[in-house]
Amino acid sequence: MRKVYMDHGAGMPLDSKVFEAMKPYFRENYGNPSSSHSFGNVARNAMESAREKVARLVAAEKPQEVIFTSGGTESNNLAIKGAAYRNREKGNHIITTAIEHISVINISKYLQKQGFEVTYVPVDKQGMVDLEKLEEAINDKTVLISVMYANGEIGTIQPIREIGKLARENEVIFHVDAVAAAGKVPINVKEEKIDLLSLSSNDLYGPKGVGALYIKAGTKIQPIIQGGGQERGLRSGTEDIPGIVGMGKASEVAKNEVDAEGKRLTALRDKLIKGVLGKIDYSFLNGHPTKRLPNNANLRFSYIEGESLILGLDMYGVQVSSGSACTSKTLEASHVLLAIGLAHEEAHGSLVFTLGKQNLEEDVDYVLEVLPDVVKRLRALSPLTPKEMVR
Amino acid sequence: MYSEKVMDHFMRPRNVGEIPDADGVGTVGNPVCGDLMTMYIKVKDNRLADIKFKTFGCGAAIATSSMTTELAMGKTLEEAMKITRADVAKNLGGLPPIKMHCSNLAADALHEAIKDYQKKKEKK
Repeated sequence: MRKVYMDHGAGMPLDSKVFEAMKPYFRENYGNPSSSHSFGNVARNAMESAREKVARLVAAEKPQEVIFTSGGTESNNLAIKGAAYRNREKGNHIITTAIEHISVINISKYLQKQGFEVTYVPVDKQGMVDLEKLEEAINDKTVLISVMYANGEIGTIQPIREIGKLARENEVIFHVDAVAAAGKVPINVKEEKIDLLSLSSNDLYGPKGVGALYIKAGTKIQPIIQGGGQERGLRSGTEDIPGIVGMGKASEVAKNEVDAEGKRLTALRDKLIKGVLGKIDYSFLNGHPTKRLPNNANLRFSYIEGESLILGLDMYGVQVSSGSACTSKTLEASHVLLAIGLAHEEAHGSLVFTLGKQNLEEDVDYVLEVLPDVVKRLRALSPLTPKEMVR
Repeated sequence: MYSEKVMDHFMRPRNVGEIPDADGVGTVGNPVCGDLMTMYIKVKDNRLADIKFKTFGCGAAIATSSMTTELAMGKTLEEAMKITRADVAKNLGGLPPIKMHCSNLAADALHEAIKDYQKKKEKK
């Protein structure tokens, strides 16, 4: 049976070039970059070379503006808590959106308990942030605006440049969670006026457990982990050198491939979306039709539930995700799908296809061949399906 | 995540459908929380002569519906009323803990269908 993995938003394979680059740093070059001897030097040089590569991926001015973390969640924690605590004297107001990654949502809720005020700016039906509402929310107590570059679930790419301009004019720190976007669309922190930017290695075909935070020189933040003062005091703890080397290599590969791979994936994505909407009645696209990540197709099917769709597709070797409550640890429907105005039962019937490097056009053809049958079978089981549809 | 038995009942659910002239009908759950199921029963000589179901929901919801119809088929109404959610889960080789409550409603739907039958009978 054909195996079609279209769940790259959940996890990505390690790029073979990345794997090769990491190998010497497990058993041969195992020094600690903080050591003064030559073993330490080897590790330090590898780390600084990786830092340059990550900096280049997002067009940072200086490599020193990048610090390594344990992943996207930690980067978001450091950026948001670090900026909020450090600038508390200036104010206690934070602006974010209703469709951020769950880590940003939960950090914001945590800060509310600590006495911060948080405005969650709404989005429209296609998941686009309401710029007017965002501007209205800024007041003299606002210390941070945190908006994701693109949403990993519905794919919508936000007007980052416009928000960056607004933040800079109002002298508010601008944090961008770029975990889902990096490597898929070009990012330029200088031109887009971004002060803090979160990255995750695995979302670049790098190893899991590594991430980075871009911190524009002069941005005031404080550490959230206390220790030996690594990473300019902002992220203590001995650095994961193999992981960092892997993230560096992954960033280099991503930078080289982003344009060509973006075009290739956009064509596959559009073929998938068009095919599904054409072949299956009562199917709908979630998110923006054009301003969306090249690898993301979020589709919704009336009368059926997403987890059973996942299992049904898995039987044909196709691996995808869903925003259904039945697939979440909390048994709540995706906050992103509810924020774009879907009813609970609509959110349940959504499937997220996130394509990647190894996906070919034949894979899309295969999905288009098997998905209609899976949907038809589940609709025949469902009490919600109108009788005239079941034959 | 699921046992082989659950996957078997999910892929090849038994007794799917509706009974147009059912003696009793029971519906539990709602589409907002993600699970909705309806059981239809035919009763002959105080026994369940036929059972069919329709379910909207996750793999566990579909498998438990299917298993419940299998456990109840041919049983007396008193025996069928004693079938519990735990019996259904046990016969499926267990369910993930998170699914035990939200998606294991089929026994309730069966009981509702039997109560519906009994209510209708009293009215006659």
